[in-house]
Amino acid sequence: MVTTSEARVEAAFEELAVERPLLSKVKEFARKQPLGTFGAVIVLVMVFSALFADFIAPHDPINNSYEHILESYSSTYLLGTDQFGRDILSRIIYGARTALLVGFTAAIIGSVTGLVLGVASAFFGGRFDLLFQRVMDVFMAFPLIILALAVVSIFGTGIQNVIIAITIPFIPRCARVVRSSALAIREIPYIDAARANGFSNARIILRHMVPNVMAPFLIMITAFVGQAILLEASLSYLGLGVQEPVPAWGLMLQGGAEEYAESAPWVAIWPGVAVSLAVFGFNLFGDSVRDTLDPKLRSQ
Amino acid sequence: MWQYILKRLILMIPTLVGAAILIFFLLRLIPGDVCELKMAGAGLYADQEQIDICRAELGLDRSVMVQFWEFFSGFLVFDLGKSMWTGREITYEIGLRFQLSLQVAIMATLTATLIAIPLGTISAVKQNTWIDYFVRAFSIAGIAIPSFWLGIMIILGLLITTQAWFGTPWMPPIEYVSPLEDFWGNMSQLIWPAVATGYRYSAVATRMTRSALLEVLREDYIRTARAKGLMDKLIINRHALKNSMLPVVTVIGIEFAFLMGGLVVTEQVFNLNGLGKLFVESVTSQDFSMTQALVMVVVCVFIFTNFLVDIVYAWLDPRIRYA
Amino acid sequence: MKFPRLKFALPLAAGLALSFGMADSAHAVKSGGVLNFVVGSKIPSYDGHIEGTFGMIHPIRPFYSTLIRVNPDNPASPTDFVCDLCEGDLPKGEDGFKKYVFKIRQDVKFHDGTPLTADDIVATFKKIIFPPKGIASARKAFFKMVDSVEATGKYEVTFKLKFPSGSFIPSVAMPFNFVYAKKDLDSHGYTWHKTNINGSGAFSFVQHQPGSFVEGKKYAGYHHKGKPYLDGFKAISAPKMALRLQAIRGDRAAIEFRGFPPKARDDLVKALGDKITVQESDWNCILIATPNQKRKPFDDARVRRALSLALDRWGGSKYLSKIAIVKTVGGVVFPNHPLAATKEELVKIPGFGTDVAANRKEAMRLLKEAGHPNLKIDFNNRGVDQPYKVVGTWLIDQWKQIGVEAEQHVNPSPVFYDKLRKSHDFDVSIDFNCQSVVNPIADVTKYLGSAGNNYGQYEDAKLEEIYSRLLRAGTEAEQRTIMREYEQRAIGEMAHLIPTLWWYKINPHRSYVKGWKIAPSHYLNQHLDNIWLDK
Repeated sequence: MVTTSEARVEAAFEELAVERPLLSKVKEFARKQPLGTFGAVIVLVMVFSALFADFIAPHDPINNSYEHILESYSSTYLLGTDQFGRDILSRIIYGARTALLVGFTAAIIGSVTGLVLGVASAFFGGRFDLLFQRVMDVFMAFPLIILALAVVSIFGTGIQNVIIAITIPFIPRCARVVRSSALAIREIPYIDAARANGFSNARIILRHMVPNVMAPFLIMITAFVGQAILLEASLSYLGLGVQEPVPAWGLMLQGGAEEYAESAPWVAIWPGVAVSLAVFGFNLFGDSVRDTLDPKLRSQ
Repeated sequence: MWQYILKRLILMIPTLVGAAILIFFLLRLIPGDVCELKMAGAGLYADQEQIDICRAELGLDRSVMVQFWEFFSGFLVFDLGKSMWTGREITYEIGLRFQLSLQVAIMATLTATLIAIPLGTISAVKQNTWIDYFVRAFSIAGIAIPSFWLGIMIILGLLITTQAWFGTPWMPPIEYVSPLEDFWGNMSQLIWPAVATGYRYSAVATRMTRSALLEVLREDYIRTARAKGLMDKLIINRHALKNSMLPVVTVIGIEFAFLMGGLVVTEQVFNLNGLGKLFVESVTSQDFSMTQALVMVVVCVFIFTNFLVDIVYAWLDPRIRYA
Repeated sequence: MKFPRLKFALPLAAGLALSFGMADSAHAVKSGGVLNFVVGSKIPSYDGHIEGTFGMIHPIRPFYSTLIRVNPDNPASPTDFVCDLCEGDLPKGEDGFKKYVFKIRQDVKFHDGTPLTADDIVATFKKIIFPPKGIASARKAFFKMVDSVEATGKYEVTFKLKFPSGSFIPSVAMPFNFVYAKKDLDSHGYTWHKTNINGSGAFSFVQHQPGSFVEGKKYAGYHHKGKPYLDGFKAISAPKMALRLQAIRGDRAAIEFRGFPPKARDDLVKALGDKITVQESDWNCILIATPNQKRKPFDDARVRRALSLALDRWGGSKYLSKIAIVKTVGGVVFPNHPLAATKEELVKIPGFGTDVAANRKEAMRLLKEAGHPNLKIDFNNRGVDQPYKVVGTWLIDQWKQIGVEAEQHVNPSPVFYDKLRKSHDFDVSIDFNCQSVVNPIADVTKYLGSAGNNYGQYEDAKLEEIYSRLLRAGTEAEQRTIMREYEQRAIGEMAHLIPTLWWYKINPHRSYVKGWKIAPSHYLNQHLDNIWLDK
């Protein structure tokens, strides 16, 4: 039973998503967004090393080798070894896995939860919205790193808790943005039309509101991945993140790296470069996605 | 307008209450307490009886609700109580560090502004040229480089270069002096973290300046001005920049609020005795009363800054008041 | 040209440090100057009687005197104690070593001008040993042997013991036993010293900027005449190890009293050459792995012994000493003490033998016999780099060699303690025994299932019985024999606790700091009255 108003709405969406050959889309993106393309290349390299770490890493990243403590660059150890004689290059390659796992999981869970809550808040409005906004205010007002510190202290360290710690502060940030976009849509007549036609709340939310807040949502996700990688590194640096012997960039920079920064600079430099490049790549890419999807949307 | 302000003020109350409840119970969920840490923390012999005495002294043996009421009612009358770790008044401990955090926040905000406005302007005017790309890449790099890593590199870099040039290694002082007492001593310590943090925080402001300026540049009166043959430079200085400043100022204001409580990592690296370092210390020593007070201070600063921003916006754009 | 210098600089610097003591008196001591040093931990309250961290000892200890102390000219000796507030030689035990009479100096004044008498000493020790209800005293248990402490004259204090004990004198010498004025305790109460300072130490309190530094200035009326040499000191708080290291390099601080990792020492020496002097010593701290005997299969001694046999202690000593603050292989007693096991005695303990391959083969056999060839353990560690996390990473690797897989949970200190002490939520946990004054008979109580700082959750009547004999042993030879028996039972046969390595204290400091000698503990020899600056 397709009504005319719904058909019209859906037609409008389809128009937005007209299929064009993927390659030409990529070409256009590359032409318009050279920085974004550079970012995308970094991200792809990172994804590649994470997926195929087992094949490209020259050594076992957690294999201690006490005869080769803090060795400089050599043909066996291209980027040298750390204080346990582990190959830095291999640890960086495997570290991409940890970074992406934490980055993507936290970003996706955080923004999807934020999306659902934000849309629901906008849709139901009234007291629910008011209450919900206050709860979000509380979480927003908590400095990000402080919230993360508390979560890790309560649940302990380990990769899944790091993900929780990083995810929680993302939720209100995403919910905020999504809510205001959704609020704007809520006032648009076609939602009223849908409601007048007796569609269920769930259907209206899922079919009409959610697709319309997709642009800010995607922008948030790409921004979050970079932030999550950086947060993971910061938490590990404070000793609250991923734990030894898991290869992770922030962890590699913690402790030893500082003490050896001078006599064994490779221990301190390369993981730092890896974190910086990764976050740089995600941010460049995310910025371009933002420009492409919504040139008017401002920060956050 | 007054009605709007009142409404916004009332809405602050539930946020504060919520934050108080959240932090209080969050802390109680963390296993372990300050007495255990004090008595057994150094690995010396620890007697359970002594730990119990210490707990009783700090009131940790009372029911959670009693403790919560004590904290909350104290907070209402600005009585923050005593630190469980040092036994000193919390207002005294926070006051000491507040000065430093405030100074670093101001200096970092200044640095961020000094970087962001010129760069953002250049980037907007030269949109989609290599200059624009370079500026954007430079500012994004600021977000990408972990602040702790940058901090270590700065200190190490200073030590190595000064030793190479002057023979004796030099590093910034590691203890705070008030700028009123010793201005250069103060600056030589704080300029480094301020620049490191300012660079980082300039990224968002640069972006805002760029996009706000681009938007204004497209507007009609600018086009008219251009059509009239006014010089580009003049247009940008006189018209465009002024009109695009509001969102930029907002972003800078909000970030300033974050800086007041959010320099956790930077303060560690540069050994700054600020609120961030105090926070890490009080969390890691399970100093409940201090952590609670600190979080409430940070939340208050944040809420109040938001409130000011909202009021300014409402004042400038009356539509918001009725939304 | 630079590189070879580094190689020789190290042993040379260490050698210099060792010969320091003799050369010292020959030099003309210079007075004046302010000593800046960095402290890696935060100050809790100022009350030495209730605190236990070096974060308090380093900045606050110089303000106080103690009744007796470790000999500042020979702090390396674990048995050499001298008078501080008392006079003459240390009292010999009378009445079958059950009575000790201390003669008190008559020329001592507190910083506020109050003269010090026997009453102040008695009030102090009563607060420590017999605190009133509701007043905490962290080290009360060290004085279980004390029956009474009384003033038997204006300048004479008498301790009476319930039973003779070799651990009495070392306990009195603990640096935490700050002597307070009786009038302060009487008029301000027992908690006043948490936030106020009035001592009789070499320095008087100037100011404390919480979180930043503590400042002290020379006390002109100090009872050790001619001392202190310094005009003052500043103890600067710097929680990050890297920053403390850089502070010494950039001369923002002259010394750090806790200890640096070996690599940090090498970097400093390389950068600054003879401007840096290095002092090194064994450290009265040992890192231990504690199995939880309430959890299966750790109630099985074979499994515990296997975990101990897996460790290549002698090899580990070689490379861990390059990257961590641990070094010496030892048993339950501080390695340099007369009661410690010699290497010949040590290698007889299972897991301490030098044939690693054989040890590991035996470990795998034991695991198989116990029915757990592929053991997985939940390993609780403390979120502090040196040496916990470094040794933790090593332990995991060692256990991997016998097919044991350890999942490490590194926790912030409060959570770590809660798991260790209260919830007992671990299979094996890092644990440590770190004491101030070397006092083996008291220190080894760590290995008793009944001790307050033992978290293995076991009862071993035989071990308790050996200890009660040790406690009452009269001669040193007798103590030594019983100690071996105790050691074999505790860490060998039953492997209740699994010792890893003893810590190793490395203090690189600016060469212009003179007079300070390294002690086997970061709690000791911190009164700073004999330090001078050669500038």
